[in-house]
Amino acid sequence: MSAVMERPATSGDAAATGAAPFLELRGVSKRFAKTLDFAARLARRLGAPVREEVVHAVDGVDLSIRKGEVVGLVGESGCGKSTLGRMVAGIMEPSAGSILWHGRELRTLAGAEAREAKLRTQMIFQDPYASLNPRLKVQDIVGEAPLVHGLVRRSQLDAYVDEQLRRAGLDPALKRRYPHQFSGGQRQRIGIARALAVKPDFLVCDEAVAALDVSIQAQILNLFMKLRRELDLTYLFISHDLGVVEHLSDRVVIMYLGRVVEEAPAEEVFRRPNHPYTQSLLAAVPRIEARKRAFSGVQGEIPSPLNPPSGCHFHPRCPHAMERCKVERPVLRRIASGHRSACHLNEAA
Amino acid sequence: MTVPTLEVRNLRTHFFTRAGVVKAVDDVSFTVHRGKVLGLVGESGSGKSVTGFSIIGLVDPPGRVVDGQILFQGRDLTRLPEEAMRDLRGNRIAMIFQDPMMTLNPVLRVDTQMIETVQAHQKVSREEARQRARDALGQVGIPSPDERLHAYPHQFSGGMRQRVAIAIALLHRPDLIIADEPTTALDVTIQGQILAEAQKLCSESGTALIWITHDLSVVAGLADDIAVMYAGKVVEQGPVTEVLDAPLHPYTVGLIGSVPSRNRRGEPLRQIPGMTPSLLNLPAGCAFRARCPRAEARCAESPPMAEYRTGRFARCIHPHLEEVAAA
Repeated sequence: MSAVMERPATSGDAAATGAAPFLELRGVSKRFAKTLDFAARLARRLGAPVREEVVHAVDGVDLSIRKGEVVGLVGESGCGKSTLGRMVAGIMEPSAGSILWHGRELRTLAGAEAREAKLRTQMIFQDPYASLNPRLKVQDIVGEAPLVHGLVRRSQLDAYVDEQLRRAGLDPALKRRYPHQFSGGQRQRIGIARALAVKPDFLVCDEAVAALDVSIQAQILNLFMKLRRELDLTYLFISHDLGVVEHLSDRVVIMYLGRVVEEAPAEEVFRRPNHPYTQSLLAAVPRIEARKRAFSGVQGEIPSPLNPPSGCHFHPRCPHAMERCKVERPVLRRIASGHRSACHLNEAA
Repeated sequence: MTVPTLEVRNLRTHFFTRAGVVKAVDDVSFTVHRGKVLGLVGESGSGKSVTGFSIIGLVDPPGRVVDGQILFQGRDLTRLPEEAMRDLRGNRIAMIFQDPMMTLNPVLRVDTQMIETVQAHQKVSREEARQRARDALGQVGIPSPDERLHAYPHQFSGGMRQRVAIAIALLHRPDLIIADEPTTALDVTIQGQILAEAQKLCSESGTALIWITHDLSVVAGLADDIAVMYAGKVVEQGPVTEVLDAPLHPYTVGLIGSVPSRNRRGEPLRQIPGMTPSLLNLPAGCAFRARCPRAEARCAESPPMAEYRTGRFARCIHPHLEEVAAA
């Protein structure tokens, strides 16, 4: 098992080696509140039971990412995986908790340091149609940021852009074209070239291959793996597609309704899933190896994050739910080396 | 041999645009029997959805079925007058779309829409129609169907909405359902539930199902037969297990290699180079030859569909036969 296995990265062992992790999240939360309009505020003043609606998109997440690691972040709609990715990429501020970049708190950094932290973390978005400025030529999309940040001189910009495009698998001869003149896969390559042009060492990929056809998706996944080898990149790879995550990641983090429910090395998660949610998720994934099988879904719907179930968020859909699950939130605890799971069953056993 | 539920013969659906003729479906043939599932697989622009629309007679101008036969229980749908076609549509043949809001009217309550569908094809009382609607909702696993009948589509989640769309398709116990990417927009756990319903439906009521998708993994678990489309043509077809285990056409080989799978974790995927060609003014010959590792001069002539083993068809002059021999 080639490149993936060479770095047996586990968060539990990170502390043992003493080195500060590349990126660490401590109790990170993000709340979105829908502020009341005038009429609602007035109604509340008059005693009507109007409350602000608050969504806990991300609820107390601890996570550490080591240098050179590919961490896969998996979950279904509304689990907060994209919000978490945005906070990690510095696009969004957490409502609570802290994000440590090379052991230093991200929000206390200022000036040149803050700029460096932001530049060295770049994001690749899902929709290559929406994330490129349609009125800019490819050479400007890719070349603008490195020029502004003084990474390259104007006289060398042309050659620099060519190099970036070539590395992302695009013909530099096309650099005077506009985004609409490219196919979906090519546009995603432009997005990758743009991100890499500012020499980041960390990429947050938010559903970066979800909008692509299977054969194009394979090309982009191969490109991600090649870039990792060549540039020693660290990835946070956010996806709902377990097949893609399994293929690419060293370590997998599973989220459900804003919380991390399980975290383990990729091999381990897929061989010995511990949390009932992970187990049912894996059972529901169609696999090309499985022929004419009986499908079974997890029972029930994904609850609204506006009003999540009490205790363990998964308890209404869990086949093993007990009384305790309805009242007490299970904490994420170590069950094996590098394997953490948030389930009360682990204590009963 | 009984008459198959659906037999499509040499179907051609072309779009006559100002820029030229787009041969979206170009010589497609397949058969679906009672209670069987055909997986129609292809990437964007391969013509799989247009094939579905052609069968149910919903191809809009400038598109038109220009040639071929669509035999539904022996009757040729391409020659059927619109009146008779409307009688079949929604009654004997139903379609489920990727976006359930294409089926549902956002300003009408679910019961209004379902009762309307029942009464469109059968003379029954409103009360009986409501009963039928209620049963259909229950059948697709919607909790408390009596209350949910009074809801509007926006009050349902995405997965529930797709169930309502499926329930509407089931109202008349159709003989054929065409499902166009019905689970693509859904979460994995919800997709599992819908696939389970589809399987139950085929085995219990004998409905024939055409499942149009880009996802080979779904087809692997669901379908009996598979037809792989590329640039408007079926390039390979046969029983699911045989096609996926021993693909003949280089495109199918590439497509299967592109799927990240458990056995090849961390290794580069066997990708197909290049991209899908534009269907506008597609040159003669095999459409895949520009991306094909086996292409040679002879590929400039259109390869015919040939049966390489019993029930195993491919449109290629140099298929992967050695793997078949080994298997």
